[in-house]
This record gives sequence, C-alpha cells and structure tokens, in this order.
Amino acid sequence: MDKAILSGNESFARGAYEAGVHVASAYPGTPSTEILENIVNYPEIDASWAPNEKVALEVAIGASFGGARAMATMKHVGLNVAADPLFTLSYTGVRGGLVLVVADDPEMHSSQDEQDSRHYARFAKVPMLEPSDSEEARAFTRLAYDISEQFDTPVLLRSNTRLSHGKSIVSLQEPVTNLPEPSLERNPQKLVMLPANARRRHPLVEKRLTDLSAWSCDQSFNRIEEGEGEIGIITSGIAYQYAREVFPTASILKLGMVYPLAENLIREFASRYETLYVIEELDPFLEDAIKAMGIEVIGKEIFPLCGELTPGRIRQALSGEENGAAYKVHEELPGRPPNMCPGCGHRGLFFTLKQLGAFVTGDIGCYTLAALPPLSAMDTCVCMGAGISNATGLSKVVPPEQKQKIVGVMGDSTFLHTGVNSLMDLVYNQSVATIVILDNRATGMTGRQDNPSTGYTLSGVDTHAIDLESLCRALGVKNIQVVDPNDLNTTRRALEEEMARPAPSVIIARRTCMLERRGSAERRTPLVVEPEKCVSCKACLKIGCPAIEWKETEEGKGKAVVNAMLCTGCEVCARVCKFGAIGVSDDK
Amino acid sequence: MINNMNSILLAGVGGQGTLLASEVLSEVLMLAGFDVKKSEIHGMSQRGGSVTSHVRWGKKVFSPLIPEGTADILFGFELLETYRYLPMLRQNGAVVANNLKIAPGPVATGNAKYPQEIPKKISDQVADSTFVDGMDLAMQAGNYRTVNTVLLGTLSTRMDIETDLWKNAIKKLVPEKSLHENLEAFDLGRQAGAITSS
Repeated sequence: MDKAILSGNESFARGAYEAGVHVASAYPGTPSTEILENIVNYPEIDASWAPNEKVALEVAIGASFGGARAMATMKHVGLNVAADPLFTLSYTGVRGGLVLVVADDPEMHSSQDEQDSRHYARFAKVPMLEPSDSEEARAFTRLAYDISEQFDTPVLLRSNTRLSHGKSIVSLQEPVTNLPEPSLERNPQKLVMLPANARRRHPLVEKRLTDLSAWSCDQSFNRIEEGEGEIGIITSGIAYQYAREVFPTASILKLGMVYPLAENLIREFASRYETLYVIEELDPFLEDAIKAMGIEVIGKEIFPLCGELTPGRIRQALSGEENGAAYKVHEELPGRPPNMCPGCGHRGLFFTLKQLGAFVTGDIGCYTLAALPPLSAMDTCVCMGAGISNATGLSKVVPPEQKQKIVGVMGDSTFLHTGVNSLMDLVYNQSVATIVILDNRATGMTGRQDNPSTGYTLSGVDTHAIDLESLCRALGVKNIQVVDPNDLNTTRRALEEEMARPAPSVIIARRTCMLERRGSAERRTPLVVEPEKCVSCKACLKIGCPAIEWKETEEGKGKAVVNAMLCTGCEVCARVCKFGAIGVSDDK
Repeated sequence: MINNMNSILLAGVGGQGTLLASEVLSEVLMLAGFDVKKSEIHGMSQRGGSVTSHVRWGKKVFSPLIPEGTADILFGFELLETYRYLPMLRQNGAVVANNLKIAPGPVATGNAKYPQEIPKKISDQVADSTFVDGMDLAMQAGNYRTVNTVLLGTLSTRMDIETDLWKNAIKKLVPEKSLHENLEAFDLGRQAGAITSS
C-alpha cells in the first residue's frame, strides 16, 4: 500500500474517507481545524462548517440517524459547547457510526484553558480512543466506526496539538465498501428521549460500558510491549511516544482505548511488576481509575499536572535533574509575542477604544491580541460569545457613570457562533451596553475560514451571506452604525455617540482580513516617514504595527521608519501622526 | 531501540513560511527511507510570533519533540530566533541560519534592543556555523520568495542525502510555475554551504 507523510489532522480525514464517512461537520478551532479542511478534499464526503460545535454534532447525529456514517470535529473547549447533544446521544446510540474527534491543547499554545477531554468520555459514558501518531489516527478512525456500530454508541477520538499538527508516516488503505444506503427509519423508543424511553436506555448505556471493557482486553489497540526490568509503564496517546523514548527497553502497556478501561488486562500487567508508572498528559485520569482498582502506581506525585509532557519533563520528574544544554545564551533576549498583521482592521478599532478609556469585554479571536502592549485594550476574555454577555452583566452592577465605558467586542464568526444569543439577551432584558462586531469577513485566527456571513461554504460554493445589520435589527437593536475601523475619526465619533447613548447599540467595524483567502483585502502603496517632519514623539508606535520600526539616529532621539516589505498602506499610522510625517512617497 | 536518531530544529518568525521548508525536509527524509516525525504549532503564535518546527528521523522515531540539547542541526530563518534556540543544539552540532534580522515588537517599539553580532556570538561557541545571505541569493534566483529553498540548499550540504531526493521533494511540493526558480535557489544555497564548509 502507498505510504505518505501526513499530519494527524490529515490522517483523521483519511481515516474518515477510508471508513466511508458520508457527512462531516465542524466549527474551526486550533488544533482541530485542518481535519475538515482536508475532509472537504474527498468528494465522497459532505463536509461543512457549522456556526458552532453544538450544531456540528447535531448535524452529525441527524446523518447517523439516517443510517450514514458521520463525523464531528472540534477543539477541547468546543466540546463544552457540544456537550448537551453528546450526553443524550450516549442514550440514543447511533444508526450509522458516529465519531467525534476532540483535539486538546496541552500547554495552551492557542487556547484559553487546557482541560482534559478524557473526562467527557466517563461523564457521558461513551468510549474514547486515543491515537499516538498519524498512522493510528487513520487506523483508529476506521476502527472507531466499527466500534460505534457494533456497540451502538458514539465514539470519542482524542487528539492533541502534537498529534494534530505533527506529521508521521501513514500506510494508506482502500476505503470500505458495501455500507448500507441511508434512509428514513422510525424508531421512537430509541431516538425520542422522553423520560420513559430514556429510562429504558440508561441500563443499556451501563451494560455497554461493561461489555466494552471486557471486549477491549483482547483487542490489538490495547497492547503490551514486553521489555526488560522491574518497571512497568501504563500510558496512552502521545505520552506513549515520550515514555518509549525515555524508557527504550521497559515493558509498556499502551492503551488505545482510555475509556472504558480494559480492567482485566491492566490487572494482569500490573501483577507482574514491582514498580508501575502511569505516564499521561494533564489529569491523573488513568491513574485515578487504576488506583481505584486497588493497584499501586506512581503518577502525578512526580509527573507534572500542568502543561504538555516532553521526554525532558519525564526525565526530570524521574531523576530530579534539569536537562543539560550544551550551548547557552548569555544575555536576556527580547521576546517575540504574536501581533495583528500589518493593515489589520482590528488595530484602528482598539487604538480608538484605548483612547476613549473604554472597559472592553473581549472574546476569542485574533483581536484578543489587543490585550497585549502597546494596544493593551482588552479587559476580559472568557469564551466564545462572552464578549457581549459579560458586558450585559457588568452594566447591571456598575455605577451609572462607569456603565458608559463598557464596550463588548466580538468577531463576525464568534458573533454567529454564540454571540447572537448574548445580544438577544442584552436587548430582551433592556440592558445598556455598546457592542462592536469586528467584521473582517473571515474566521481569522484559525486560518481565515468561511462562516455564514462570508457568502461561501467550506467547499468554496457561493451561498447566502447573512447580513449582520439586518440580523442585529431583527434582534431589536435600534442603533446600528457601520464603520471602517481604519477611518479613525469616524470610528471615534461612532463610539462616542453609542457609548453615550442610554440604549443597546451595535457598531459593525468592517474591514476585510488581510489574509482573506480570495485576496480581496485592500493593499496599497507602502508609506514612508519623512525624517525631517518626524519629531520623535513615538505616537505611531502606540498602534503596534509590525511595519513600523524605531531606528536610533545620530542625534540620539531616534525616528520611525516604515518597513516597505510589510506595509500595506492602510494609513492608520499616518492618521495617528499629528505632524504629517507619514505618507505616500512622491517618488512613486 | 533508538538507533541513529537525528533531529533538526527549525526556528523562525510566524509568517516566514517555515512550514514549506519543514514539509520539503520531511518529504526528503521519507524518500530516503527513514521513519520521520515532525511537529509544529499553528494558530495564535503564527501571527508574527516566535515559531519552531521539530523534525526527527531514524530507523524508528518515537517522540516528535526534540529534547533540549540534542538537536543535530539548528536551522534558523532569522538571527534572533536562531540564537534563542541555541540551547536546543547538541554538543558539536551544526547551525545553518539565514543572515536576516526581523525586529520583534519590543524592539520595533524601542523598548528593547536587538542583540548585536549574533553570528559571531554563535560562531564563537559552535564551530560548524553557517550564515547565508538568503534574501540576496533568492533575488539572484529570480524571486525573494525562494529564500527558504536557498536555505534548504545550504542545509543539504550538512546532511548525507542524495541531491536528487531533495530536488524530487521540491518538485513534489512547490507549484509548477515557480519550480524553476526554486531549483535555482536550491543550487545557490548548496554553493553557499559548500563555500563555508571548505
């Protein structure tokens, strides 16, 4: 069979294709995003972006009820949003196999928390498989559909950043054939979760876990790798790779299914070793369960609870010694925090909010970078949709003169994800706050995906583009202004008007993302600084544009310089400069 | 069980296109018959932040992450980022880096200084250090966008892999219309590496 070097996310997509998946739905979220972006390349699969993870899972459930194999993918915090249907799906079970891929982000490379999704498997009483490389991501995806149909259950597949965004070699297999044709089939006792039906389903859910635990003891995805010595190691997923690197010759029980656990297999393995280590990332999920079986193991009393594991961190936990570096850097180096792109429309908006002294309740997206200096213009960030509802709550409690400072901000995609509900609440309950929707025509941070307001589907087909003004009006917002955030004067005027108004209002700050896929973002001639006009006031540095650099001069005060390779000619810096020192060069 | 495990750490700035370089490198190693793993971060850090990519190969690779102080080659796309990850390099490892400075936010805003003489500070410690004027050679190849292919050319002089495999990987991963200039860029990078190693 052909070999390819694929990322974990490409492998989940390949596995879905090989398993004959018919429908796949997702909301983008790092590190899970590329699964759907790869699935869409298989014309056999109907792949789509949903407005949020709950909708994505419900779409997959509908397809499963129709007899088709279905997939939903999301990041760890997305599963919180999709938890509601997941728990009931555990009771209904499936008709066509259903697999939910959830990608955790230990170390929080691009997330607001590092929750351990394995708890959802136990909480919702559904099996979870955890692949440890791309080949297993492909193979376990195929396998998960067989388990789903054999045991009448949804199956969770847990990934993480290192698996999803790592690449390793995969053996490509032919797709399955002869899957049953989807059709309508009534089965209300199984699919209508009225209390009477649900009471009959619950014992089946419990029995399913017992059956899975017993069955999984003989399955090759739970395997003992016989080794030497007195130490036994129990591990799973990516942690297996680190454990194997640190213990090249030890015996390892590698669990492919982390819930329910193969109890008898674990007991049999444990009985052979004096010392047992459980090596797992984040929570003591395996450790607690194994200890509850009455087996003594060493786990989180030495291995870290926080952050991702690495071979170095495992070695350090075992020996207490730091890793040795052969070469050192003998000075403190300037950091390189991420930043909004040159020309990004968020810059002008947050610069203005900062000038107005607004208290900004923020949200999840590229614009969360406005919390960093020099903009430093975001005061809260909790989760998708909270930018509006946090503003509502704040305005209920703070003194009247402080209320006018509250501005909730949110991106276009986040607004359609869960922000619509928050705005509904704001208007319905007669709260007062100014809301800014940062409409950059893309889901930016995850890689500029389309969403229901961009006019394109995941596969690039033209579709209806939701009109945000009309939507806000339908929710009952009477005061709506649309501004170009790069036009600082108009943006400031709009914010001043709406912040002073004792009524809910929405400002739509509209400017296309500089990275928009179809290249529709505006790019103009790069600007230049006229050194004789620059008075070294550093006002232009306050917008935090990567294209503006401070160069020391012989006179000592320094001057601003525009990097022509990066500048998009957006003119925000020129508008900030009171001395007219930044403009288009006369030479061009 | 671990025999002849090799590692390269790529370090650069989000937006520099280090991804394609690590793709070509991984493809080459697979074509050469090795087990290969690569790991990198997408998402928030990509917006102009410090980025790394770990590439490991050998008979069998377990951890996709390179333990500190064990990388055989530190492959840098920008000077400060190369210097930042110097502790990842093993004793007597090699540095191949682009002779390019990109000011990070704190430097651009005048709140910090870009470290002076990074190539010298690295060469003083690491005997096998090569700094390539990647941008100049890329322009010579016909397009500044080929700078990462220039750097791959230089890197290839520090690895025991047939030149044809590199070119096959470039052919597979680079769009047809820019293939010619990329192959040219690769050769220019190789020449630069040959000069410094002689």
